[in-house]
Amino acid sequence: MHVDAVVIGAGHAGLAVSRLLTARSIEHVVLERGEVAQSWRTQRWDSLRLLTPNWLTRLPGLEYDGDDPDGFMTMPEVIDFIDRYALLADAPVRTNTRVAALRPADDGFRVETDRGEWTCRTAVLATGGFNLPRVPPLVAGLPNSIDSVTPYDYRRPSDLAEGGVLVVGASATGIQLAEEIHASGRPVTLAVGEHVRMVRTYRGKDVQWWMLRTGRLDERYDQVEDLARARRVPSPQLIGSPERRTLDLNGLADQGVRLAGRLAGASGSTLQFSGSLRNKCQLADLKLGRLLDEFDEWARQAGCNGEFGPAHRPEPTRVEDSPLLTLDLSRGEIKTVLWATGFDPDYSWLEVPVLDRKGRLRHQGGVVTDWPGMYRIGLNFLRRRKSSFIHGAGDDARDLVDHLESHLRRRVPAGVC
Amino acid sequence: MTVTATPVANGVNVEALLGARDALGETPEAGRFTWRATNEWVHGTHSRSSVEGYFGLGEEHNHKAAYDFEADHPLVFAAEDNAATPVEIVLVGLASCLTAGVAAVAQNREIQLRSVKATVEGDMDIAGILGADPDVRNGFSDIRVTYDIDADGSPEDIEALVAQSQKRSAVFDIVTNPTNVRVAVA
Repeated sequence: MHVDAVVIGAGHAGLAVSRLLTARSIEHVVLERGEVAQSWRTQRWDSLRLLTPNWLTRLPGLEYDGDDPDGFMTMPEVIDFIDRYALLADAPVRTNTRVAALRPADDGFRVETDRGEWTCRTAVLATGGFNLPRVPPLVAGLPNSIDSVTPYDYRRPSDLAEGGVLVVGASATGIQLAEEIHASGRPVTLAVGEHVRMVRTYRGKDVQWWMLRTGRLDERYDQVEDLARARRVPSPQLIGSPERRTLDLNGLADQGVRLAGRLAGASGSTLQFSGSLRNKCQLADLKLGRLLDEFDEWARQAGCNGEFGPAHRPEPTRVEDSPLLTLDLSRGEIKTVLWATGFDPDYSWLEVPVLDRKGRLRHQGGVVTDWPGMYRIGLNFLRRRKSSFIHGAGDDARDLVDHLESHLRRRVPAGVC
Repeated sequence: MTVTATPVANGVNVEALLGARDALGETPEAGRFTWRATNEWVHGTHSRSSVEGYFGLGEEHNHKAAYDFEADHPLVFAAEDNAATPVEIVLVGLASCLTAGVAAVAQNREIQLRSVKATVEGDMDIAGILGADPDVRNGFSDIRVTYDIDADGSPEDIEALVAQSQKRSAVFDIVTNPTNVRVAVA
């Protein structure tokens, strides 16, 4: 079968692209390995809610219309939202169609799936940025008695063995799981490396409101000083909860979670943590302070300072005088290690030479310039700071579909004369 | 009246450093350096070390001169105290690295430095090295570095300078993280 465009992945980003392609009458198909919103259905823990408030959760043509604009969607609500969007977009989705290979072809690409082949002049990779949990190599040396769990295996604390849990990584995933696991009676040690400290609300408004209004969410990839770094920044320490509460390292420590430095190595059964915890916390405190300074400055310049509550700064992160440096796993205190150490995209099916030496896709704001006709959507800071959020897909999809349309117009397919 | 901004001059060539970072994106192997030192026993606990050559950017290099370091143990260890103790040299390495980082980061952030002074203290229980208590480690139990900085920047700017310097420091990383060490007899 031949189409002008194949979109791989029927998550929010692929569906947003599909809707815009349909609006321009570009013939296409959306290939989905499972169901619409597959990752949201199968790779999320039970208590997870979006980190973005409902009023900001939107896609081209669909806004939140429920009665809790300041709330945060649960996973079933997210799945409903994306299902609704697939219907609204009338997206030509082929579900349960797994792409085995995307290869170059004479005039574009050949897409091999377990349900037949497509050829296409353009391909949009909307396969998500978080396919493979990143686990450090030292996992191989852990004693057999220790359960090693990734956020994709984890559903709820009661599935874990009774006993202590080491959560490695203190981004959004790590802090949320550390809290609920510790509350279940399994004492948690949290290994903290570089992290982004955040507050849920500031001066009465959600932090995402400030990020949006001050223009930070719309900052473009070609405007930031250090794009490689901006794309690597870990997810901010946020939780979506009905109470709109802030969860930070001080809060976790107050609940009894033990903080250690970054997991730096292992010697036999003994894990070693970096002595840099204080520095990492101070860097994050200072960075948060600068962000809040920016918000205050924006409010002052916009002349609306009086509309918000008083400016305030969170308490600096408290670090013990002598944080934990080693942990002997053979002592039996720790039963489970949970790797909240990030995720990588999976390109194992991509048979086009467009990856760099670290296996990352080379692209300019989602346009794969090495291979005209190929596009990527749904990565951290793909085109904008908001690119990895649901509401970030709309503007990115518009830009990329513009480019895709001009690519289709550029030349007549070979063999037509 | 025209105001001419005086360029910040901390004596660090930031453009060259940032250029080197960009170049490494293209040729990562150029970034692989090997540093070396030689050491020779003199007498007692006294030894003499020298550094001269190193490898980097794909080839051998030499310092402008060979640099020598003496080390010994103090009188309270019943030694002759001909020079600093090796653990003090580690503290010197840490402070030197952090201070270099402060200067580089200040240059990059256009903060003029007037004076930068650091005091480093490392706590050690010698029950470890004497083998008197197996629960005590040989090395430092705690290291404290205190900076006294006079510069054209707010207290927050200066805190951020020192924090960023730690983040980018080789010796801070060496001291705070484990390193695989192999010692062999030739």
